Amino acid sequence: MPTADTFSLAAGALPAWSWNPVADLRAMWAYPFMVNAFRAGTLVAVAAGVMGWFMVLRRQSFAGHSIATVGFPGAACAALVGVSATYGYFAFCLAAAVVVAAVPRTGRAAGGHESAVTGTVQAFLLACGFLFTTLYKGLLGGVTSLLFGSFLGVTPGQVWLLLGVTAAVLLVLAAVGRPLLFASVDPDVARGRGLPVRLLSVVFLVLLGAATAGAAQITGTLLVFALLVMPGAAAQALTSRPSLGLALSALIAVAVTWAGLIVAYYSPYPVGFYVTTFAFGVYVLARAVPYARGRAGRRARAGAEPALAAGGAA
Amino acid sequence: MSAGAAAALLAAGAGTGHGPLAAFTHPFFLHAFLAGSAIALAAGLTGYFLVLRAQMFTGDALSHVAFTGALAALAGGYDLRLGLFAGTIAVALLIGGLGRRGRADDVAIGSVFAWILGLGAFFLTLYTTSRSAGNGGAGVNVLFGSVFGLSGGQALTAGLVAAGICVAVLAIARPLLFASVDEAVAAARGVPVRLLGLAFLVLVGACAAEATQAVGSLLLLGLLAAPAGAAVRLTGRPLRGLALSAALGLGEMWAGLALSYAVPVLPPSFCIMAAATAVYGLTYLKGRARTGARQTPPARPARRVGGSVTGGRSL
Repeated sequence: MPTADTFSLAAGALPAWSWNPVADLRAMWAYPFMVNAFRAGTLVAVAAGVMGWFMVLRRQSFAGHSIATVGFPGAACAALVGVSATYGYFAFCLAAAVVVAAVPRTGRAAGGHESAVTGTVQAFLLACGFLFTTLYKGLLGGVTSLLFGSFLGVTPGQVWLLLGVTAAVLLVLAAVGRPLLFASVDPDVARGRGLPVRLLSVVFLVLLGAATAGAAQITGTLLVFALLVMPGAAAQALTSRPSLGLALSALIAVAVTWAGLIVAYYSPYPVGFYVTTFAFGVYVLARAVPYARGRAGRRARAGAEPALAAGGAA
Repeated sequence: MSAGAAAALLAAGAGTGHGPLAAFTHPFFLHAFLAGSAIALAAGLTGYFLVLRAQMFTGDALSHVAFTGALAALAGGYDLRLGLFAGTIAVALLIGGLGRRGRADDVAIGSVFAWILGLGAFFLTLYTTSRSAGNGGAGVNVLFGSVFGLSGGQALTAGLVAAGICVAVLAIARPLLFASVDEAVAAARGVPVRLLGLAFLVLVGACAAEATQAVGSLLLLGLLAAPAGAAVRLTGRPLRGLALSAALGLGEMWAGLALSYAVPVLPPSFCIMAAATAVYGLTYLKGRARTGARQTPPARPARRVGGSVTGGRSL
């Protein structure tokens, strides 16, 4: 459990950046907690990148965000009960995923209503988290690290657990990936072909809950969007091919996490801030690329057309 | 109904030896009551339109921006409310301007607001490390509200601004309803749909800044969503729903404040959220008890139209 005093301890003695990347990495990885943070961050980022790609495709980012915020009362409740926050994250996020899946989703027709339910549940659960933290007085300083992420205090046991979860998510996804893709792109046709669309949706939400619970431990429950949505959205802006997009999304998520961890190690500000900032930068760049490409393409076409016309006239 | 519950709770709270209205002799409770009532009314009114227009996600984004705005102002040494209003209204205009016809796409909003929230974490660390050690709770107060900590002047300002928001929402209520239910027809009839959408978003921004002072930036979504969602479930008629949403918001705020006063262990924001969620949950019981009754048909068209408008737009 990362606490406020370990954080201020680390902030009090900031290591210096020496401009020699190899020496820097070696110095950083001399600390077991940094090695654990990198292992956990990588595992979490792979799961989040892959699930996030599907989430963006299915336009369920609001549900994903709600599941993520539920991690906060989960971790606070775990602290109150006296067990590791990891269990709290997974228990609450998976439960939230099941609840979101149970709320009837009658197509897009119920859009406004569905989001009112999700919003209310989300606010209520955050309020519960606040209640737990006020009941458990010792955590009050650690509220910000639960909400905005901390890479300190990742134990080897946690890394093994995250490895298991990521492996399970990827395995299940490998099994249901193709039908899920079909059901996400065109649910009506998929249902017509006899695919269990509803069941797939439930499986997807449970997997999303697991990925979210993992990501929340690095970025904090409020900044999970950074690892879930932005890599997926960036990958979809860059390529429309599913396999390439999934790989790209996971790659972006891992790169962003590593960069965030490295910079956060050398500065006093929370890791969630850096991960969010880098991910947002990648997202903006990815959105800018198709625009630039489209403009260049239009210019090329505009240049080619008069030439063609001239050729035709001649 | 909720007002009755509030009165009962007030009486229960006063069972410890004071009169039933002894709570109002405490200035902190009076301030919280005045500011909270006005804020709840404003949130109920704007929230109803948010549900009708299926823009709840925008309200969520604004609520998180409120956190960053407030902490940026604190880190810079200004009044918290300056940052709150400047941040939320600026982002409301941005969202309105970016989105096609005033409705932005979920992923874009989500990404922007996640980054802004990350920035808020940055300002929080900046504020708590650079200034004196006595303000470690500032972040928690902005996130989860401190309605019992409002001073008289703050409560008065909050109440007046919230009243202004109510008046403004009511002033544009009729054309806004028209534009929300059927945007294309409203535009054809000469209603300035785009301008209305922008004006509405600005009001939501101001409302978010207001509500942050009552229940905190993380919980204000509940204040916007719960009464409105319950009202939409209870009635399909727009004007009645609008009034019901405001009334429910007010009743839930009173019930929450009374509960928190009666049981001091429970923080007020939790109590308000608990009351709001309980009322919303009760509407489901009611709906289930009357399945198939004539209550459902009038509710359908409004929702279906409101939803399908965004459904088409977001594609």
